[in-house]
Amino acid sequence: MDLDELRQRMARLEGRPVDTATVPVHPALAGLVTPRVGGVYGVDAASLVLTLLSGPSAAGAWCGVVGCPDLGVAAAAEAGIDLSRLVLVPQVDEAWWEVVAALVDALAVVVVRPPARVAPKDAARLTARLRSRQTVLVVWGEWPRCDARLSLVSSDWAGVGHGHGRLRSRRAVIEACTDVTVTRRREVWLPGDDLVSRPVQERPVQERPARAPVRSVS
Amino acid sequence: MSAPTLFDPAQEPEPDGVRLRTMVLWCPDWPVVAAQVPVTTPAAVLAGGEVLACSPAARVEGVRRGMRRRDAQARCPELELLDHRPDVEARLFDDVLAAVEDLTPGVAPIRPGLCALRVPPRYFGGERETAAVLAERVVELGVWDVRAGVADGVFAAEQAARRALTQDVLIVPPGGSASFLADLPVEVVDDAALTGLLRRLGLRTLGAFASLAPADVVTRFGDHGSVLHRLARGEDPQPVSRRQAPPELGVGRSFEPPLETAEAVVFSMRTAVEELVAQLAGHGLVGTAVRIEVDVDGAVASARTWRHPSWFDAAGLLDRLRWQLAGRTADLQKASDDGSHDGTDRPHGGIDGVRLVPEETSAVGEHAVSLFGQGPDAQVDRGVARVQGLLGHEAAQAVVEQGGRGPGQRVHTAPWGERVDVARPAERPWPGQVPAPAPATVFASPAAAVVVGAEGQPVRVDARGAMSAEPMQFRSGPEADWQPVAAWAGPWPVDEHWWDEAAARRIARFQVVGSTAAPGCWSSRATTGGPRPAMTDPFPAECHVLVARSQISRPERDTQRGWRPR
Repeated sequence: MDLDELRQRMARLEGRPVDTATVPVHPALAGLVTPRVGGVYGVDAASLVLTLLSGPSAAGAWCGVVGCPDLGVAAAAEAGIDLSRLVLVPQVDEAWWEVVAALVDALAVVVVRPPARVAPKDAARLTARLRSRQTVLVVWGEWPRCDARLSLVSSDWAGVGHGHGRLRSRRAVIEACTDVTVTRRREVWLPGDDLVSRPVQERPVQERPARAPVRSVS
Repeated sequence: MSAPTLFDPAQEPEPDGVRLRTMVLWCPDWPVVAAQVPVTTPAAVLAGGEVLACSPAARVEGVRRGMRRRDAQARCPELELLDHRPDVEARLFDDVLAAVEDLTPGVAPIRPGLCALRVPPRYFGGERETAAVLAERVVELGVWDVRAGVADGVFAAEQAARRALTQDVLIVPPGGSASFLADLPVEVVDDAALTGLLRRLGLRTLGAFASLAPADVVTRFGDHGSVLHRLARGEDPQPVSRRQAPPELGVGRSFEPPLETAEAVVFSMRTAVEELVAQLAGHGLVGTAVRIEVDVDGAVASARTWRHPSWFDAAGLLDRLRWQLAGRTADLQKASDDGSHDGTDRPHGGIDGVRLVPEETSAVGEHAVSLFGQGPDAQVDRGVARVQGLLGHEAAQAVVEQGGRGPGQRVHTAPWGERVDVARPAERPWPGQVPAPAPATVFASPAAAVVVGAEGQPVRVDARGAMSAEPMQFRSGPEADWQPVAAWAGPWPVDEHWWDEAAARRIARFQVVGSTAAPGCWSSRATTGGPRPAMTDPFPAECHVLVARSQISRPERDTQRGWRPR
């Protein structure tokens, strides 16, 4: 444990504001959003939930998913989420708020799909708890105050024709609203042909090496 | 070979109490007896392609131990061949051991079918009487062929038992082991290498082997040969080691008067559970699976085995007890809602007893807490336990990837805190599996999607996998809007588990890409139900509907932070 971490712990014990550490993020989202511990991040699609979770999960963080019975776990494993450190609470009724509060105490990242509208007062109370517990909350749906919101603007599946082929890759545009005014867009493979999600880069066209001039050898 | 001297009880010298004699009980052909085939059926148990044991009926036909399968079947074509199942044999022989142990303490199992014990000198009236009482008890268990031998040592007693008649005893007089063994062939020591060598040296009986000088035997045959030499001379170096009765580790409490509420039961069981954990720790064990039995009105009302991925502490066990009681209360509640209880009656009988029996234990050293790296996991367990306390044990789930064809089948979920046993390993090949990428949304209950062709007729797949029309439009639910099909692939017919009526399913999968609206989904149309569909039935279709979204109508945003409307 280094000195900075110790200072942070002291600050947390004394209730002073701490400069929050960032959470590892998937390369496809790097630069688009920088999740910090204690933050609330909104998304609007299952594949974005998985992409956002895969960063911290691959780094060894415990994750929990509340109230999403339809989440594709096979896709989660493909996205790089460590299933042995994943807790699912698929069926939550009225008790979802208590469940989220209990998991926020124990896990590093909690995903929730709120079944009901959340009052700003309740959200603020949970945010305070997130800060003190160093937990990230990912909200799949509406939330009063998000530190950033990711949404899928368009997606274009490739690999399927008319009666032939199969789904292979998807080229999607993700929009991130990190501030009131700042909106960033990025085109990503979600996933690419090799099942890895990454930003779409226009590969520089490699020039063929110039051939050596033909010489007479005789 | 002179007949071994049968012991006359009248000449039995007064036992001096210094050296107890050894009795060996032998149930011949135990592997066949354990397989519980009828006596008249010729049967043989095979191990490694050779006959390990055969029934008397098979022996009459000429089947012998050590014979190859083909030879045995040639001798007796109607021979019933059985697999060698050592664990089953050992388990069934445990009943015999327990029956013998009831009568006389200190039974040493040698192998399934064979056990040794010290003969009580006078309790049953003598050695012959003891053997008769034990044989009677074993025959009561249904093992009619049991033979006994009594001698000074285990080896001589075993040889005597092998030469006794059915339900009879052969008694070698005290000090007579050497002379009894002298006439036996050397093969009885059951060491093929040594007996072959002894035969070639011209030593055909144990007596001839025993007459060698011990020092010569050690130099020529080594320590192992020396041990066998001592056996041949009737000096048994191996004392009868008694079976250690397994310690009773379960705890139980009975409540008088019966307790009504779960909390009261859990509170009353606290000390008992702590006692159980301490008792296990005293044996150097921790419980990994514990069976909890709850008695209501003197009968077991609910019994369940709880497993833990690591091990149970007292708090964990109390949680399990609470969940079990809560589940029971919920069942009763449901039963009373259904009207099986009249309102005046007590809702349910009081709980008058709880027992906790550790079913699986492992050494505490295997689960020692390491110095670093255990903290967060314990914290996670506590947090999830709180969720389970709120919603019930099954609410929080752990997931494991397993083998399967559809995306939903590739996941195995189990309640958090239970060991996850995967039935279908994921690393095996799964031909027909939906290829990656897997859908991010897998509907727990499939939505009924409808796919139609150009004229609006539903697209069907016939028994040969041919489609009735090309899909042009689809909608993901009865209320959803129709949208055009941008691209499609399939059908991939799947005909699974046709040998199992309950699990059989015949479906045809499609991947359909729409052009607007709803997010990617996995939906199914007309899944199978009822009797297994015949091969000639058309395939119900399962659509993998994936939607490319070009234009999205933005949902209304919370204006508090001034989301910029687009």
